[in-house]
Amino acid sequence: MSEGIGARVARKEDKRFITGKGKYTDDIRMENQAYAAFVRSPHAHARVTGIDTAAAEAMDGVIAVHTGPELKADGIGDIITGWAITSKDGTPMQCGVWNPMVTEYARYVGDAVAVVIAETQALARVAAESVDVSYEELPATVFADRALDTGAPQVHANVPGNLIFNWEIGDEARTGAAIEGAHHVTELNITNNRLSPNALEPRSAVTVYDEAEEHYTLYSTSQNPHVARLVLSAFYQVAPEHKLRVIAPDVGGGFGSKIYIYPEEITCLWASMKTGRSIKWTSDRSEAFMTDAHGRDHVTTAKMGFDENGKIVGFHVDTIANIGAYVSLFATATPTYLYGTLWSGTYDIPAIYGTVRAVHTNTAPVDAYRGAGRPEATYMIERMMETAAREMGMDPAELRRRNFITEFPYQTQVLLQYDSGDYHTLLDMAQKAAEIDGFPERKAEAAARGMLRGIGYSTFVEACGLAPSAAAGSLGAGVGLWESAEVRVNPVGTIEILTGCHSHGQGHETTFAQLVADRFGLPIENVSILHGDTDKVQFGMGTYGSRSGPVGMSAVMLALEKVEEKAKKIAAHVLEASEDDIVIEGGEVKVAGTDKAMAWHELGLAAYTGHNLPEGMEPGLKETSFFDPVNFSFPSGALICEVEVDPETGVTEIIQFTAADDFGVIVNPMIVEGQVHGGLTQGIGQAMCEGVVYDGDGQLVTGSYMDYQMPRASDVPSYTVRHGSTPSPDNPLGIKGCGEAGAIGAPPAVINAIVDAIGTQDLQMPATPLAVWQALQTVSARQAAE
Amino acid sequence: MYELKYHKPASLSDAAKALSGAEEGKILSGGQTLLPTMKQHLAAPTDLVDVRAIQEMSGICAGDGTVSVGAATPHVDVAGNADVRAHIPALGLLADGIGDPAVRAVGTIGGSIANNDPAADYPAAVLGLGATVVTNAREIPADAFFQGMFTTALDEDEIVTAVRFPVPARAGYAKFPNPASRYAMVGVFVAETGDGVRVAVTGAGEDGVYRDAELEAALGSDFSSAAVDGVASDPRGMLDDIHASAVYRAHLVNVMAKRAVTAATE
Amino acid sequence: MSNVKMTVNGTTVTRDVADNTLLSDFLREHLRLTGTHVGCDTSQCGTCVVHVDGRAIKSCTALAAALDGSDITTIEGIKDGAELHPMQAAFKTHHGLQCGFCTPGMIMSGIDIVNRYREEGKELTEAAIRHELEGNICRCTGYHNIVKAIGEAAGNMSDLAKAAE
Repeated sequence: MSEGIGARVARKEDKRFITGKGKYTDDIRMENQAYAAFVRSPHAHARVTGIDTAAAEAMDGVIAVHTGPELKADGIGDIITGWAITSKDGTPMQCGVWNPMVTEYARYVGDAVAVVIAETQALARVAAESVDVSYEELPATVFADRALDTGAPQVHANVPGNLIFNWEIGDEARTGAAIEGAHHVTELNITNNRLSPNALEPRSAVTVYDEAEEHYTLYSTSQNPHVARLVLSAFYQVAPEHKLRVIAPDVGGGFGSKIYIYPEEITCLWASMKTGRSIKWTSDRSEAFMTDAHGRDHVTTAKMGFDENGKIVGFHVDTIANIGAYVSLFATATPTYLYGTLWSGTYDIPAIYGTVRAVHTNTAPVDAYRGAGRPEATYMIERMMETAAREMGMDPAELRRRNFITEFPYQTQVLLQYDSGDYHTLLDMAQKAAEIDGFPERKAEAAARGMLRGIGYSTFVEACGLAPSAAAGSLGAGVGLWESAEVRVNPVGTIEILTGCHSHGQGHETTFAQLVADRFGLPIENVSILHGDTDKVQFGMGTYGSRSGPVGMSAVMLALEKVEEKAKKIAAHVLEASEDDIVIEGGEVKVAGTDKAMAWHELGLAAYTGHNLPEGMEPGLKETSFFDPVNFSFPSGALICEVEVDPETGVTEIIQFTAADDFGVIVNPMIVEGQVHGGLTQGIGQAMCEGVVYDGDGQLVTGSYMDYQMPRASDVPSYTVRHGSTPSPDNPLGIKGCGEAGAIGAPPAVINAIVDAIGTQDLQMPATPLAVWQALQTVSARQAAE
Repeated sequence: MYELKYHKPASLSDAAKALSGAEEGKILSGGQTLLPTMKQHLAAPTDLVDVRAIQEMSGICAGDGTVSVGAATPHVDVAGNADVRAHIPALGLLADGIGDPAVRAVGTIGGSIANNDPAADYPAAVLGLGATVVTNAREIPADAFFQGMFTTALDEDEIVTAVRFPVPARAGYAKFPNPASRYAMVGVFVAETGDGVRVAVTGAGEDGVYRDAELEAALGSDFSSAAVDGVASDPRGMLDDIHASAVYRAHLVNVMAKRAVTAATE
Repeated sequence: MSNVKMTVNGTTVTRDVADNTLLSDFLREHLRLTGTHVGCDTSQCGTCVVHVDGRAIKSCTALAAALDGSDITTIEGIKDGAELHPMQAAFKTHHGLQCGFCTPGMIMSGIDIVNRYREEGKELTEAAIRHELEGNICRCTGYHNIVKAIGEAAGNMSDLAKAAE
């Protein structure tokens, strides 16, 4: 059976996970290891007026207690953001300062105030309770839509009115005029609920300091260890890069939350140096809810104008994005260049304009979470389309079809140029798979049982593999967005691939090896993928934004091309043939049309013995590539959700969920489908289950799984997944990226289906039984009044 | 978790001794609520007295129109017990719906009622069936046992040893789980007993489990789900949180009451 | 401190442990069996599920001292020599795992579910599997392939059981 591109190969990495031999950060134990526990602010906003560490320090087994001012005095830098946004008036954004530990003001519940280092984890936690912190409580700003109110409490003194930036995109005058003259205008207030990423493995760090070498090692639950090292070195001044090794071993899910460099890693690295001890810190779930960067949290007013044929003439958006107490690494890019640039959706919209006001609040930092900006854009657009269709008395699918983009490349009104796609075909596929024709009958059957059936659509396009670096840089990015790969052919012919991407569930150890199988016909068992260690891999940007396929694998392909080129030269020389006649297939290097051949391992040996190489050729067979794509890739999809609502209780059951996606070329359909299933479930989670809730004082109400509803097996159906394919023209493999699609496309399909079932548009996410039941009460009240 | 001393007495008297000798002793029966609370430093007993090795506290026996469940009997054993299934199937179904399978393997009825957790299932059955709570000191009728949220008639160091359920003519339980925790957000137990119809509601009330007099009256004259339609449950006194408003909870009490009656009459 | 003696994955182990030691900590820290994970503080995620005397329980919600004399099986103990347990094999075949963190708990729960349904003679439908997974959270797979894997393993485990009879 082929193991190449397109093969449904079982994962190489599975064995260690299914036998309990995975090696996650918290599984590591160093010699001489101590444990850290953080003292955290119980207040959303307070001035720290004193920290008495004496009682904790006096406890038997407590090694040290450290506070923010000590870090600052040692020159440890403030936590930075990676993308500078310019407001529409041309002024640079204004961000509050984020000290790894509080120096004077605590700005959200969970803000780190001090750290206790002790001999055991239990003791560190008990001692942390004995650190006596005096607070002067201050009024808090909590909600995005109140942060800009006159007189709202100031989160940071240097950010007047809590406004970080007021960004714009598109053509205001043209859009205003288009909507003004529209035949029909749909207007909606839309909330995109705040989420907690909830990777099942809590964040963890193990830090080691070698005094003799002045060298640090950080084992960390990171999606991008190289970026972590760069930032820890260049900005936080923990250690120069060559004196700092960052290892991200097995990581139990990320979803964005493990991109960022958090106060805990910085503090523990520094504390290792101060105490001379290896230190482990592992978050518990309560800490994770408080301190892992949250996602989404937008409030938006949107207006969409249509002509008499249902063609969109203009789209206007006004969003307030909650950034939280501090500006995390990608926090500013998410509600701007990953959001506003997607406002055209799958539609040909001639005029678009909108603004995004980013605000500080006394809540945990908000940053990129699976989809990052694109779910927010898709939800808004697709809710608008559904609502507009109902208002205009049109079939929602037909309204979408009338507005689909059909010619590529397509230049949107909001920067992006879509490279390829076929939205009609995807919608056809989805409708066929969802047996849309039978829906009226199913609805009637449900009604006979007293149940409300509804069907909802969503079509989406997203942008993956953020690129190219120069363009990102011109828009304010602080890093490049290329990816690196190194292909090492060993003397025995086995191959190691070193990648800057990081696999934490995505299956790279299998799919990256499939590229080799495809190119050289070698079994994937002969290929190892090395990642997640800054001492092994030279540099890379990590895994997020569905970039590992389109960008990371492309880098591997380019390196493989170089390997092939050199291998052919060696083979031509050894086999005394022309380079152009050499082919590599089935693990053999052959002269086409002859029986002359050498086994792949013989070629490896020839390269390394150097006994018989072409004149002037260096020995060895190892190639490196840095791939910087010329454009994003643009996966797209059409999703259909069918629900049944129990009007007595407000409980919604998803009867059927269909997703037809275009990911371009697919390397391993089994793994891609797994990504879709997981993304859809997170999208359904956002739509029906999940929501971070703070009360008016900034206390976190959803602080554990007792109050934050994770989607469970019984909350979701088995999915119907279909694939269309228009390969991306902008990378050598034609891959588009699949990791975020489900989370981007699913929420509006679910809400549109529920809205269809219950007969009111007045429903925000999460559509919990309470929310649906309350919406149903307004319908009954309205009907009673009529 | 704070430091503590663990005891595993083999007899009730040793358990009582261990409790009275402790600075702050707590009974460990299944620990499915207590241990998470302790892990989060929300409870800090100095001593835990594990009652699971006390023989007379485990197991189920039926006779004289009652089914008696030892306080340290795990939910899974109640759910699968032949006597329970034969005489009070609603009790078995209730036990089979507590928490998840791994919790049911360990959690016990004693632990479930002794705390009067407002979101526990068992209190609805105990009160709904008019059971008798047997302790190492006395017998307490259900109506006197539950005294408000997290409050019972138990004296300090008093140990629940068993719960004796009278076999009803018919009974049913319906629960609306909290979407996040899956604990009962509203659980209604209805039973036709020798004392007439009893209706107990858990999860919904500010004071923990309670009997609903109006539903009892309505069902007393007509034990059918239609009879519930005429009752308007009062949102006053209902819990109100992010998962359910008081009004919604009151509404769900009726819906679950209907479903419990349907279950009882099927 | 308590002295506890248990059989863990077929081997007798004896250790002195502090009375507040959770079984999950005992396995991970004392025995260094780190396949059993901890993903929450409220006994809901199920990454810590192990078998104690044949029943699946949450090892984060049990005291090691209370389990003196117990027979414990963890994810490290279910292989038969080099042979994967049918549940492990099915998770691999059906891509029932991504990041792998929930996987040990899922597999241990899966085995328990199949065993219980077989003993009770009940049919293990897709809906039943989803219902029985109430206490196991996965953030990666969307459950689709986990449900498939448990369904297939149920068949294979029953074939094995029949062959053994």
